[in-house]
Amino acid sequence: MFFYVLRRLLTAIPTLFVIVTMAFFLIRVAPGGPFNQERGLSPEIKANLEAQFGLSDPLWLQYWNYLKNLMHGNFGPSYNLPDFTVTELFAQGLPISVQLGLTALVLALLVGGTFGIIAALNQNKGADYAVIATATAGSTIPTFVIAPLIQLLFGLTWNLLPIGGWGDGALVNKIGPVLTLALPQMAIVARLMRGSMIESLRSHHIRTARAMGLSDWSVVVKHALRGALLPIVSYAGPAAAALLTGSIIVETIFAIPGVGRYFVQAALNRDYTLVMGTVVVIALFTILFNLIVDILYAVVDPRVRYD
Amino acid sequence: MTELVAESPDSPVSPAGLHPTSPTAIEVPSAGRSLFGDAWARLKGNRAAMFSLFYIIAMALVCIIGPFFSPHSYSTIYPDYVRMPPSFSPVPKPEMIESSLDETLRRMRVDKKEWHQEGERVFVTVTSAKEIDDRNVRYLDRSDTFDDAKVESKSPDGKEAVFSAAVKQAYFLFGTDNVGRDLLTRTLVAGRISLAIGLLAGFVAVVIGVVYGAAAGFIGGKTDEVMMRIVDVLYSLPFIFFVIMLVVFFGRNFVLMFLAVGAVLWLDMARIVRGQALSIRRQEYVQAAEAMGVSQRGILQRHVIPNLLGPVVIYMTLLVPQVILLESFLSFLGLGVQEPMTSWGVLISAGANNLGSANWMLLFPAFFLVSTLFALNFVGDGLRDALDPKDR
Repeated sequence: MFFYVLRRLLTAIPTLFVIVTMAFFLIRVAPGGPFNQERGLSPEIKANLEAQFGLSDPLWLQYWNYLKNLMHGNFGPSYNLPDFTVTELFAQGLPISVQLGLTALVLALLVGGTFGIIAALNQNKGADYAVIATATAGSTIPTFVIAPLIQLLFGLTWNLLPIGGWGDGALVNKIGPVLTLALPQMAIVARLMRGSMIESLRSHHIRTARAMGLSDWSVVVKHALRGALLPIVSYAGPAAAALLTGSIIVETIFAIPGVGRYFVQAALNRDYTLVMGTVVVIALFTILFNLIVDILYAVVDPRVRYD
Repeated sequence: MTELVAESPDSPVSPAGLHPTSPTAIEVPSAGRSLFGDAWARLKGNRAAMFSLFYIIAMALVCIIGPFFSPHSYSTIYPDYVRMPPSFSPVPKPEMIESSLDETLRRMRVDKKEWHQEGERVFVTVTSAKEIDDRNVRYLDRSDTFDDAKVESKSPDGKEAVFSAAVKQAYFLFGTDNVGRDLLTRTLVAGRISLAIGLLAGFVAVVIGVVYGAAAGFIGGKTDEVMMRIVDVLYSLPFIFFVIMLVVFFGRNFVLMFLAVGAVLWLDMARIVRGQALSIRRQEYVQAAEAMGVSQRGILQRHVIPNLLGPVVIYMTLLVPQVILLESFLSFLGLGVQEPMTSWGVLISAGANNLGSANWMLLFPAFFLVSTLFALNFVGDGLRDALDPKDR
């Protein structure tokens, strides 16, 4: 297992390298530059700024310098938020995004999973149809509709939650964003869980367990659930990577100071370093969670061995 | 679809054409059902999918035709009617006439002495320190509330006059938005754009995906390997980064951008088609056809294309809602369709910004978007069930 993890971490390096290279050149190919939008910037000042940040160097040299800095864990300065380095921006925003995303993920897995199991145990009965209908609705309604609806209902009509803002991490401020993030995931988890649980309940070892007179609880939780978890685990990996790196929509609508909103802004402002930083962070999270998924596979399913 | 039915091998052939002068009464072989005839029959049995199909067609027709019958243009601004709540009764409401009249007279720089309403028309007596110009009456025409303004009479010194004007009645069934545009017309026009983009980008994605995937699958070997590695690399880039880069690249050109969006979404399609092409080529019925000397073209036409089309059609119906969602998402971020043109995403974004003062601005477009997405997903699921040969 140790060597497997080591090998996976080593193969992550070329993957990351390809992603960094592609992103670096893609953003450079786009017309415009970080200092083009500002009005009234005289050519001399612009040239000075570009020289200061090394933007007047040949592209291959910039690329080489960026790679070198990246190796040292240095993401460089942000061009459009000049008082901050990209590392500082992430240090501020990432904990907030991770906190919201993780809460939403746990909520989605617990609630969605439970409802999925309930639906599977009552296949083709009222409870099943109710779960399927709700889950279809939940996965169809887009986030940018759910978020304003939550604001409208809980914030404006019933006055239960603040409409937006982080409020230094007060609990009430987190409810809206977490719900918005969790609801679609919950719906997908419930559908996945229902499907895999139905399949799992049909397998031979479950029939044996029932024949041996085990209680329903024991059959479902100890024996059927374990086999049914695999699709959930493989879904949760990429979902976790996406949730923890922040959502543009949720952070914009609820005015949350996370990292999700940087991506669009930075790409539009050609804030090269910030865009690259975001791409690297997202790629790192994706690789990390894919690895965790594969390790969890071995934990959940004893047939999977990495030797 | 109809063309495909005609081409497919089992399509019914007129028995009379086959046996024009058949002497013995040979029993006419019952016509087999084609793949698509069969799928259609199964789809017809799926009530949710059929209802959704009709819903989408109705939605498309209403969005395309509706704006022609609307008395309002999607871009006309009515400054008198900003954020009017949705209602079946016409505006101006009786209590609004006076304030609108006062506003108009203020612009005319005259004073109101007396006003009254007779049926459809309002009569107002105005006074001024200076002589009143007849042309002032145009101010009444310019207002959103009045129409057909006339000078009824004028005092000899010209400092007092009676104007009359018809009250213009307007209906805003969905209310108006934050600058005073009719939300119903805007929602319908937005629907045109959203649906058109969904189809356009979906079509682009399908064409690129099918050509690329089929090429990789049929050529095979090293070419396949390289082509699929390229797809893998493109996959590993964060999707939204890719889209934003394309938006940045193509600027805000509406059509180009959605060609670009389509160009991003082809990756899944390429994988599906390649996988299908590879597996179909290895099927026994293809080998049998080869053994029987059916030409390469015949195999493609009779076996490969009909079997490929199932997944392609399913994927395309599921792709259209994805594209509509993506377009709404981009428009929501301000990267998509630009004002005064509109799409459901633009309207929802405006609705989210005017939540406190005009919640109908969110609710109507959101309902249109979500119900369309629902219907498209149901049709996609229905088609998957109908076209899945394993499920028969």
